Amino acid sequence: MNHPKLELCNVHKAFDSKVVLHDVDLAVQHHEVVCLIGASGSGKSTLLKCVNLLVPIDGGEIFLEGENITAPGVNPNLVRQRMGIVFQSFNLFPHMSVLDNITLSPRKVHGLDRSAAEERARELLDRFGLGDKINEYPDRLSGGQQQRVAIIRSLAIDPELILLDEVTSALDPELIAEVLNIIRDLKEIGMTMVIATHEMGFARDVADQVCFLDNGVILEHGPPDQIFHKPAEARTQQFLQRIIEAGRLS
Amino acid sequence: MTERSSVDRLGRGPGLFGPRRRSVVREEGARGALIAFVSTVIFLGFVLWVILTSDAWPAVQRQFFNWTHFQAAWPSVLSGFWLDIRMFMLAEVLILAIALIVAMIRALRGPAFFPLRLLAVTFIDLIRGVPIILLILLLGFGVPALQLPGVPRSELLWGLTALVISYSAYTAEVYRAGIESVRESQRMSARSLGLTQVQTLRYVLVPQAIRNVIPALLNGFVSLQKDVALVFVLGVREGVREAQIYNAHTFNYTGYIAATILFLLVSVPLARFTDWYTDRDRRRKQAVGG
Repeated sequence: MNHPKLELCNVHKAFDSKVVLHDVDLAVQHHEVVCLIGASGSGKSTLLKCVNLLVPIDGGEIFLEGENITAPGVNPNLVRQRMGIVFQSFNLFPHMSVLDNITLSPRKVHGLDRSAAEERARELLDRFGLGDKINEYPDRLSGGQQQRVAIIRSLAIDPELILLDEVTSALDPELIAEVLNIIRDLKEIGMTMVIATHEMGFARDVADQVCFLDNGVILEHGPPDQIFHKPAEARTQQFLQRIIEAGRLS
Repeated sequence: MTERSSVDRLGRGPGLFGPRRRSVVREEGARGALIAFVSTVIFLGFVLWVILTSDAWPAVQRQFFNWTHFQAAWPSVLSGFWLDIRMFMLAEVLILAIALIVAMIRALRGPAFFPLRLLAVTFIDLIRGVPIILLILLLGFGVPALQLPGVPRSELLWGLTALVISYSAYTAEVYRAGIESVRESQRMSARSLGLTQVQTLRYVLVPQAIRNVIPALLNGFVSLQKDVALVFVLGVREGVREAQIYNAHTFNYTGYIAATILFLLVSVPLARFTDWYTDRDRRRKQAVGG
């Protein structure tokens, strides 16, 4: 337990000539919830995709439990088996039922047999109030329900860490709370999470550490009280000011 | 998606002869149907009258629509056509399977798979660049002429092989279009769950891709159902060949008409079904909002 759960060292990422992540350092401790805030295009999503190895980094290193997962020769499938990621647009598989969506990876990747995988799925769906949707197809669910299923799908592989990429940004306002509640439940059970979000009130409540990203740089980080009430950087103050004016943080 | 669309469950999908527009039918009702029927009868009657009273008709009838010749040619043409049907069904199954494998290989990403991808692209480009008939002649006459030990010398087999190869290249491109039509986020989502590329294709991308391209695949069916007759150039006694043989003996073309009728009996319903399915598919997609 000497190593942080997740550690980014000097992570650099550019798409063509546009630098998206500029020498980012970040450490996420066990059971810690880290919220990434910042304007659209500041690099929050890219950072999460880099951690999941969906986007290859151009420089630096990423460690999972002290193990360099960006070293050459590392099998990305094995790394991904240890963490979950949930996207803004749900990305459930439309041709599969809720149950099949959840059990696909446990069965095909983690080698669980069907009955064990289904029992686990049922248990998770029940716990998060979706037990009656088990045989539905995604297009019959509301956005909030779809996103909760997506979160459960990422939980079904018993991940060491979950990455949440603006998971409420595509939702109607009245559906946001049900998704945020499930994330609060995950915090309760001690799940380590990195959350990119525009929900500042939520970030303030749930985060142990808040990182403000600006143009691919972690400009400022610290406990939520510090970031939201005594931001040191002018850019952070401006950003929060705009959020408050937009009525997104009370 | 099959069991869930409310549109088709509530009943009326599209009609067999084009989209059913319920409101129009309801408004005009029986009177509309009567007008359509009468005007069709008058129109077709006129066309028939023009043809049947023309000076050339007796000669046309003698050469193409001779009942005696029709009866005489029918049994052999029919048994030849049965071979066409069997070739079509066997070839289609092989084409669907081989094309899918080629398309999946082509969809693999990453430098490690470059040689396989290159192979798939080369296969598709070369085969699509050659006329089917040339491929049929090349394999159908060429391979048996080699007289290699252990290699079958049946023209039918090699002709069919040429058809399968050629159609597989085209059909692989149909599948590829389908795979590419699945949103990138689906691939990303599957990979993020730890699935390998092949698993991602097999469980996530291909099932969605196939649904997207069923109309295009059905179009390929219609086309292949006729193109199997091309193996007649190898001397295979399928329907067209039998009609040709009859024509060579009698100098009468009614045998060709018999073959034409048989092909139409299969291809027209198949084409209608394709249209019906495509239309239903389109409505479903609209019903679930894309």
